[in-house]
Amino acid sequence: MTAEAPVLDVRNISKSFGGIKAVDDVSFTVNRGEILGLIGPNGSGKSTLFNCILGQSRPDKGKVEVNGKPVLGMRPCDLSKRLGVARTFQMLQVFPQMTVLDNIILAGQEHSGTMLGRLMGASDAGLTESADRLIAFFRLGHLRDELAGSLSYGQQKLLDAAMAFMAGPQLVLLDEPAGGVNLTMLEHLKDRLSTYNRENGSTFVVIEHNMEFVMSLCTRILVLANGAIIAEGSPEEVRANPIVIEAYLGS
Amino acid sequence: MALWRNLALVAGLVVLVLAPFTQATYGTYVLCSWLIFAIAAMGLNLTLGYAGQISLAQASFMGIGAYTTALMTMAGIHWIFSVFAGMGLCFVVGLVLGYPALRVQHHFLAFITLAFATLAFLVMRNEDWLTGGVYGLVGIPRPDFGPISTMSQRSYYYFTLVVFLFAFAGFRWIVRSPWGRAFKALRENPIRANSLGVDTRLITLLAFAIGAAYGGLSGSLMAPLVQYIDPMSFTLIISLKILLMVVVGGSGYLFGPLLGAGLVIMLPEFLRFAESYYLMIYAGLVVILMVYCPTGLIGLIDKTAAAFKAKRVARGDLGQGAQL
Ligand SMILES: Nc1ncnc2c1ncn2[C@@H]1O[C@H](COP(=O)(O)OP(=O)(O)OP(=O)(O)O)[C@@H](O)[C@H]1O
Ligand SMILES: [Mg+2]
Repeated sequence: MTAEAPVLDVRNISKSFGGIKAVDDVSFTVNRGEILGLIGPNGSGKSTLFNCILGQSRPDKGKVEVNGKPVLGMRPCDLSKRLGVARTFQMLQVFPQMTVLDNIILAGQEHSGTMLGRLMGASDAGLTESADRLIAFFRLGHLRDELAGSLSYGQQKLLDAAMAFMAGPQLVLLDEPAGGVNLTMLEHLKDRLSTYNRENGSTFVVIEHNMEFVMSLCTRILVLANGAIIAEGSPEEVRANPIVIEAYLGS
Repeated sequence: MALWRNLALVAGLVVLVLAPFTQATYGTYVLCSWLIFAIAAMGLNLTLGYAGQISLAQASFMGIGAYTTALMTMAGIHWIFSVFAGMGLCFVVGLVLGYPALRVQHHFLAFITLAFATLAFLVMRNEDWLTGGVYGLVGIPRPDFGPISTMSQRSYYYFTLVVFLFAFAGFRWIVRSPWGRAFKALRENPIRANSLGVDTRLITLLAFAIGAAYGGLSGSLMAPLVQYIDPMSFTLIISLKILLMVVVGGSGYLFGPLLGAGLVIMLPEFLRFAESYYLMIYAGLVVILMVYCPTGLIGLIDKTAAAFKAKRVARGDLGQGAQL
């Protein structure tokens, strides 16, 4: 195979808040079709790293490329529309006063057509149909017309994850998607991610504390501690790595 | 449910059409102001109720529309051109007023729009050469449409009703289009909306601009109705009144502003018997409504309907900083 440009190329990213170095000179690449796990203790800078990559906050230094294009300074909405990058947040981020269906449709509506077309044209354009497919896949069918804010935590978490997939993204960054999700649903979520990954060749970066989930889903794992990468490798290698065991997995 | 809804809509329309026959000239005038303020409140409902951006300057946009229409029609230009000019001007000014909202929110934004309202008032009062200063503009003509004149109060009412129905249809179209969904998403969670591809900057500006254009439209109808305008008609008090209409009616609901404007405009008329106590009773009623039903009149109707049909509501325990 020829050397294809990595889907995500993060180079020397640093970010401090006051005296705290949240992310300290982190570099890594993610190749097409990979599912990369990002693990590390609380406060190790995982979410901050996501925010820096996706334009929610600006790193102090370093650069980020998606498919060879520099993305720093790009607005999250452009990142999502032009480069097909989607993310979820660690905190629940659904639209509570909108129905489940509307939440999902919103996640896809900005990705086709023009701004004016979205006002003047057909207001649906096949969105409901693809939203319904996604809703069925995440087993939220019985909740389709409920307010998102009336769902249970786990249900909202699933909806949150489902929204990231509506626009058919190339690269998806998930911040703790499994938190609060029950075991069967977790299997389903894992299955959904790997199926989507296999069928569309899309790439994932997943932050997760649930080791079972990470180890069985990911092809490669990165371990962060105090803002810096302390280990990297296959799930087996990481599990066996004494540095990781000491810093994170415990004795 | 849909059947009942449609029946209610038809009944409402019939009432609107027949209403002036039950009223003398003054009553018809009150009905006119109701529809006109409902348009202004509709605009603020888009900005505040749907998009979640506070504005205390809706009356200033009414003023811009009213002065534009007054000046143009007094110069012999037909009303219909003046309305597009007024709305266009409001749209542009609204767009500019939207910029601060990209940086600040909530009470900070309220203060900025307040400053704008003061500025607009000062321009209306001090630029005599254009606005007639404190004396305002007198003798604003009512429009003719071919053989149809709007000189009588009743014909002006029907003219207002037609414009109102167009405005309402337009509003309904907007909030049911993907734009409407984007406005709501902006209100509920701007960061997530942005990460899902919603151009929150553009949508914020549009929320202000479209809301302002509705304010302009309402002013363009107000000027020929009263035929005399002065800066006092477009002060902060009037903006607050429009805000009250939105909140009392049900902010973020399609029919909220219509009900709210009805209550705010009509209630004082019904309370005339109480003479000097009417303002106290009025204020008391508003307080009671807001305490028991913060979602406004529409919310009250919703609650009543929910007593017959189970309906799920958003829960309070999963939000940030929730205390359950
Ligand atoms: N906006 C902010 N202002 C100040 N400090 C911040 C901010 N965001 C993050 N930090 C700090 O940066 C560090 C890393 O936080 P981050 O949220 O990235 O951790 P994390 O690895 O995602 O942890 P967790 O597993 O608990 O989610 C923490 O010490 C945190 O206090
Ligand atoms: Mg985190």
